[in-house]
Amino acid sequence: MNTELLGVPPDTITRREVIYDQEGETLEISMGPHHPSTHGVFRMDVRLEGERIVRLKPVIGYLHRNHEKIAEGTTYLGSIPYTDRLDYFCSLTNNWAYCMAVEQLAGFEVPDRAQYLRVILSELTRLQNHASAVGFLVQDMGASGTPIMYAFREREKILDLFEALTGSRMMCNYMRFGGCRVDLPAGWIDQLKALMKTLPAFLEEFEKLLVSNEILMARTQGVGVLSAKLAVNAGVTGPMLRATGVNYDLRKVDGYGFYPRFEFKVPLGEHGDVYDRYMIRVLEMRESVKILNQAIEQLPEGPIIDPKAKLRGFRPKPGESYGRLEAPKGELGFYLISDGSPNPYRYRVRPPSFVNLTILEDMCLGANIADAVIILGSVDIVLGEVDR
Amino acid sequence: MGQVDQNLRIELSKQGIVTTTMQELYNWGRRSSVWPLNFGLACCAIEMIAASMARFDIARFGAEVFRPSPRQADLMIVAGTVTKKMAPMVVRLYNQMPEPKYVIAMGACAISGGPFKQGYNVLKGIDRFIPVDVHIPGCPPRPEALLHALITLQKKIDGQPLTGEDRPRHLNADLPSEFLVPTYGPNDLIPASNLTLWRPPQSPVAEPAEVPLATNAEGQK
Amino acid sequence: MNPFSTEALLAALKAQLPGVTVELQRNEAPSAQHSWLIAAQDAVVVAQWLRDKEGFDFCSNVTGVDWPTYLEVVYHLYSIEKRIGPVILRMRTGDRDKSVHLPSLTHVWRAAELQEREIFDLYGVIFDGHADLRRILMWDGFEGHPMRRDYVEPDDYEYEPTAHDHVAERASKHTTGGAE
Repeated sequence: MNTELLGVPPDTITRREVIYDQEGETLEISMGPHHPSTHGVFRMDVRLEGERIVRLKPVIGYLHRNHEKIAEGTTYLGSIPYTDRLDYFCSLTNNWAYCMAVEQLAGFEVPDRAQYLRVILSELTRLQNHASAVGFLVQDMGASGTPIMYAFREREKILDLFEALTGSRMMCNYMRFGGCRVDLPAGWIDQLKALMKTLPAFLEEFEKLLVSNEILMARTQGVGVLSAKLAVNAGVTGPMLRATGVNYDLRKVDGYGFYPRFEFKVPLGEHGDVYDRYMIRVLEMRESVKILNQAIEQLPEGPIIDPKAKLRGFRPKPGESYGRLEAPKGELGFYLISDGSPNPYRYRVRPPSFVNLTILEDMCLGANIADAVIILGSVDIVLGEVDR
Repeated sequence: MGQVDQNLRIELSKQGIVTTTMQELYNWGRRSSVWPLNFGLACCAIEMIAASMARFDIARFGAEVFRPSPRQADLMIVAGTVTKKMAPMVVRLYNQMPEPKYVIAMGACAISGGPFKQGYNVLKGIDRFIPVDVHIPGCPPRPEALLHALITLQKKIDGQPLTGEDRPRHLNADLPSEFLVPTYGPNDLIPASNLTLWRPPQSPVAEPAEVPLATNAEGQK
Repeated sequence: MNPFSTEALLAALKAQLPGVTVELQRNEAPSAQHSWLIAAQDAVVVAQWLRDKEGFDFCSNVTGVDWPTYLEVVYHLYSIEKRIGPVILRMRTGDRDKSVHLPSLTHVWRAAELQEREIFDLYGVIFDGHADLRRILMWDGFEGHPMRRDYVEPDDYEYEPTAHDHVAERASKHTTGGAE
């Protein structure tokens, strides 16, 4: 058995294959698609030598719901509710990415108040996504129930805000081309300010969990190491990329949606392991609270949708556009080709979770099977996005 | 509960004597502790998880532990879209659950395919292959709707007689408890649906046959 | 993002690699994201030039498109170190059934690996040089390429509550008589 490749952090860009003895004792198991820790219907065909992984092939498609094909038969406006169901934790950032692509395609301009509302809702989405992600990680490590209850408790408060504004807890369907659907109800900003006061205490609790818990540190430090060179070449984005030390956050790079007006830092990791990815998520939650406080202060009055935007009977001119933004999981992009008809000719979603899975095998080779679950949790996939 | 007079029961209970029937006792035990299988497929799974969290707390209705293994679960909450690629797994898991077992189809996708009904890979409802007891409409249904469905299921279990023709599957050796597992065909599952369980309803769109309108005694329509 | 002109980069490419066949495809939408149409045999050379000389180290998106007479694959490339982009590459197949081979850019950008498998699965483009080209979203025994516009879906929609147009026709074929 060629054991040299095991235990070496993946640095090469070409895929690694471990040569193992076919006659030896390897065990092939299929983790999933029904599995308590695979975050959805995701299957990994794992070949083990003892407890160490020598091969790992992800199998997906168990939630392939034909979103792209359905969108070719639906109008542009009719696809917005389907975008909610892509990454079902973060429906508002999905809506925004799609609306951004269409606005670039058709040349709409979003008024100031709508941009601020979009930023506020997007940062709230990021908060509840990262809280759930950290909660799921700790549950995968065995702390069954309690930390995730804390995370979901905060998440419920944020979902209350979403429900008051958009009518639905999860599938918000709120952004429209050129702005937002409806303005804030009375008292919403006060409820948000009250939530912002209590959040830092919750974040302190969570950070203490990661910083001072020995079991968590032992299980996550040095596990699932990813190098910056491989991460960039494999198209990895989001907290996974920043954990390897690459400073690439689309909120700063592209500067969409008035993000340049806010002061916030981009946390970066050093080692590219699971611990770094989780610390980054916790630190990003703090930065989100900062952005939210600034956005609430600066929120102007005004219209919430571009008056030129014509939603019904919308026929953009022939052309194409690729719009992308920093979703909580990574770079979410929408590529649209229009041929002048009310339905898009080609509608493509660039899902961050799908592309981040490219190097799952590289990270898991040589690790124990128990670590594979944690590494998968740190990639933070959502199958609605991976399979579309 | 027809045999014992209600007033007599109340009188006896005032004296500290509880009367009940075997059916009531048996069903009360069964329905108060229905343990679900940890089976979330898509977005509805998140609402199912939220229902098991502190705010909505499904544990107070008896669904305390979500079992990861089908061999230890009573209830399968099919939460999310069932795709054709996933359908054989769902049926196999259902077959592995021991009787008595129940299915709740949560969300529009599990009932009929939902918003993704036009998909080439979407199974248009899980009731094509397994018998469903409670359907919850919604996309996604709120956690309170899931709790209501669980209470509806509990009422259904309460009403199941122990003997006679209507007795449930686990007491009736003639009824099947395992169902056909579909296989992957070149473009669709084989078979596309289990015809012993599900028949397509008649389409209301088809042209009605020329049935004359009902006339009353005077010959007026 | 730093300011960037895709026409200027294309001119630099033509100056440094005179043998390659690359044309600019203009994009009329306000997004003004113009793309480069490359011949299949030059794709790997151009991709390596972009990655090694010009610093386009990040392949963001690989898309398949079905046009009436050919299939097309579109790559969106960005540069993380220089903060510029996007450079959009397009490759077209000869036709839709016989000559559907295109070179794989997985050895240049690993990000293309899973996305090219998806295009193989859903459109039928065969990528030469891909390490592991097999179906990814549909099951292994599936026949056909579902995202193509001429794909006929299996007829399993026997009941549709608000049927109209072609869906009503299909649903009515399954009725057992039609009376309410």
